[in-house]
Amino acid sequence: MGRYFRRKLLIYLLTFFVAVTLDWCIPRFMPGNPIDILISRAGLRGSAVQSMYDYYMGVFGLDLPVWKQYLNFWASLFKGDLGISIYLFPTPVTKVIARAIPYDLFLLIPSILLSWIIGNNFGAFAARSKRLDNSLLPISYILSATPYMWLGILLAWAFCIVVRIFPLAGGYSFAMKPNFSLAFIGSLLSHWVLPFLSLFIVQLGGWAIGMRNMIIYELESDYSHYLKALGMPNKLIRKYAFNNAILPQITGLALKLGEVVAGALATEVVFAYPGIGYLILQAIHNEDYFLLQGCFLFIIIGVLAANFIIDIVYLLVDPRIRAGMAGETA
Amino acid sequence: MRKLVLTALSLVLLVSLALAGCTTPTPQVVVQTVEVEKEVIKTQEVQVIVEATPAPSAEAYPRNETLYTTGVQWGPPSNWNPWNGGGYSIGSVGLIYETLFIYDPLTDTFSPWLAESAEWTDDTTWHVKLREGLTWTDGTPLTADDVKFTMELADPNGAYKVGLAFQNMWKSLNSIDKIDDLNLDFKFKENPPYQEVGFYFMYQVPIVPKHLWEGMSTEDITGGANENPVGSGMYLAELMDQDRAVLVRNDNWWGIKVFGKSPAPKYIVDIVVPSNNVGLGLVLQGGIDLDNNFLPGVASLVKGGYGIKTYYPDAPYMIPANTVQLIFNLKKPPMDDLNFRKAMAYAINVDDIVQNDYAGLVKASDPTGLMPSWEKYIDQDVVKELGWSYDPEKAKQILADAGYKDVDGDNFLEAPDGSKIDLKITCPSGWTDWMAAIQIISRNAETIGLKLTPEYPDYGGWLDSLLKGTLDMSIRNEAQLSSTVYSYYMWVFQHPLETIETAQWGNYGRYENQEAFDLVDQLDRVKVGDDEAIKAITSELQRITLTDLPTIPLWYNGLWAQMSDKVWTNWPSATEGSNHYLPATWRGYWNMTAGLMLLELKPVENP
Repeated sequence: MGRYFRRKLLIYLLTFFVAVTLDWCIPRFMPGNPIDILISRAGLRGSAVQSMYDYYMGVFGLDLPVWKQYLNFWASLFKGDLGISIYLFPTPVTKVIARAIPYDLFLLIPSILLSWIIGNNFGAFAARSKRLDNSLLPISYILSATPYMWLGILLAWAFCIVVRIFPLAGGYSFAMKPNFSLAFIGSLLSHWVLPFLSLFIVQLGGWAIGMRNMIIYELESDYSHYLKALGMPNKLIRKYAFNNAILPQITGLALKLGEVVAGALATEVVFAYPGIGYLILQAIHNEDYFLLQGCFLFIIIGVLAANFIIDIVYLLVDPRIRAGMAGETA
Repeated sequence: MRKLVLTALSLVLLVSLALAGCTTPTPQVVVQTVEVEKEVIKTQEVQVIVEATPAPSAEAYPRNETLYTTGVQWGPPSNWNPWNGGGYSIGSVGLIYETLFIYDPLTDTFSPWLAESAEWTDDTTWHVKLREGLTWTDGTPLTADDVKFTMELADPNGAYKVGLAFQNMWKSLNSIDKIDDLNLDFKFKENPPYQEVGFYFMYQVPIVPKHLWEGMSTEDITGGANENPVGSGMYLAELMDQDRAVLVRNDNWWGIKVFGKSPAPKYIVDIVVPSNNVGLGLVLQGGIDLDNNFLPGVASLVKGGYGIKTYYPDAPYMIPANTVQLIFNLKKPPMDDLNFRKAMAYAINVDDIVQNDYAGLVKASDPTGLMPSWEKYIDQDVVKELGWSYDPEKAKQILADAGYKDVDGDNFLEAPDGSKIDLKITCPSGWTDWMAAIQIISRNAETIGLKLTPEYPDYGGWLDSLLKGTLDMSIRNEAQLSSTVYSYYMWVFQHPLETIETAQWGNYGRYENQEAFDLVDQLDRVKVGDDEAIKAITSELQRITLTDLPTIPLWYNGLWAQMSDKVWTNWPSATEGSNHYLPATWRGYWNMTAGLMLLELKPVENP
């Protein structure tokens, strides 16, 4: 057990190091210089420019040799300092992200978990019924191939313009000040429903199809036939099939995470929903190295943490891994 | 294990359902008084209409007292610092911090604001008299000391040396002398830059309180977030969040006495709208009262009875706010060849851009590039003699005469020296109207046999190519409506060509012509209002731009403004009997006449 975790942990640390290094490098490969953008936006002119240029280069540490910038980056990262956003100068990146991230978590975690759970159960259920299989399966195929953005626009059109049930933009009513009242929480939720649905629906289709195929495969396998021959009740056979079929789905969940995060970015833009999606887009346009690094750091940590949790879940649900480890220690 | 997951799932579902249930107002929400409860019951009866609107008691900004705007903020608002030129939140200059005067570009007049009057007492002394009884919102009086302090922030030999846009003014300023609390004299060297004094000191420089800013470091002055701004203006900063910034009316504002009325909206909520579809939807629903984003196809909505208004009821609908110009890299062949540029001028079908890209929302530019507000300076004789219009045959002829021909048979012309022409025209990715425009320009170039490929880099990379002069061709529109045509020519002929890239504002093609540069400097030294002298100099400058074509003016980008009549009326409009202020929330427009618009707005009864 300990060895399993030590090895996993080592792999995760290595992945983290490589990912963060790439995260640091990639923005810096972009042509252009963020300080130019900052200064040109501030409308500074003439002799004023040189002094401000030097000042900002110093503030952001961009006047240092590249290797030093890289080392400084790691040093301040461990101090929890992600630098100052250039685009939203002078707000610290940690503050920008801290304001945005609750919205992302609130959107991502429920949509990922609920779509996975409901999708799998529904897929397993559909695999048993010819009629369901014929009618709902094609719909699932269409849904799973739907771009998040497109579905988002459709939903916004249907529920915000045609039938005005949900608000079109923002994280909460523009007439409100954040406070701890039921009305405010209600407003938060009504703004959350459509972005959530657009993520949820697209993911749901994928999981349902996957599960349906797995169940049919499992029901055709030898052990199912054997159980059937023994006269076991159908319910029990299906339970075994489900237990086996869920394993690849868990792996799939780990693989899917990155894609969902990208989908959330598009969704946030469509619904003008606060979160890091729109920040990333703007950070790229403005070459805001620090904000971009910060946002991706969050994604890296999120995806790695989720994978780690899935590893543990695997351990719990797959007796073979437990058995394998028991063999190791013996 | 599965049981655990399922239990957790149902818990999540239950909680979400329970919370989702709160969206509809229930008596539980407010139980304090009987009256409120009655109201809640009423709301439930008409639930179909107000479903998404939470219980009224929770609203901090009642709809009929709030002006919703968008178009100024492209990301989360980050500061209230008036010195953060392109980054301050809505109204930091104009509504919170104020200028000595305001300027109306449509009538070309200055009106007193913080200052009561200003005049040149002799050729080098500019006397400013402040209004009596001005105070900062913390109660401290606003005096000549504050004005002097503000102007001296940028003094390169002063205590702060802040690199502000008006720093260059100190090259011609000797000193600013306070006479008493209301009067000061600006003492200039010989030959002061009158036009720039009118531009910067009269309505661009926001006056900040000395007692709060004098203890700050230079870095904090330019870069600080200034979270609790103390200004003098008609609004106070209330809130900054991810997707909004909020202002609340200053009921002690000096202007209430002077104008006899206060701004109509108690609150201004400025919303960050990241995409056109959201912006359009909000305007149509009446969720936004004033939208200053470019909304494609808005002309059909104005005509379609959706309650959306624009400044002009007919084309071009919007007030021209700046001139979009084709810019050439004059340091690269073949753009350095006048014949090539001339052929491009005849080849571009601006009407196609106006009609098909903008659906009539913009107006084709005069060949001089001067906006309608500067029409009086246009020298029609020069335009008649040297101007151009769309004529691809003539463009082909110019190229043929200059020796451009297709040598290798690929249907594209080669330069007279035989080298291949394969150029790029760029604009930032995501600027959809411009992307369509450069596609049209690229097609126009192709018809006369020039290979010009449209490309859409990120904003950063695009700006970099302009600043460093690595571009081939692009389009740009920085010189905005202003009090002086000098600002337009300074943009076209920006000089000296700075050695470091970031100093570049305008003249991205690196056009060099000492005669033009001297004329621009001369123009700066003409007294404000001396139109004859301005005409004489600009006529020369027009001759140069039309002969040498350092840029090609294409069309006037509009002051995009979509106004909704659902909650507020009496919007600015060109129609008779309306006010003719600028319907703008953009930076630099509140200190023109946009602030006056707020005084004129009228709430709709029972919106």
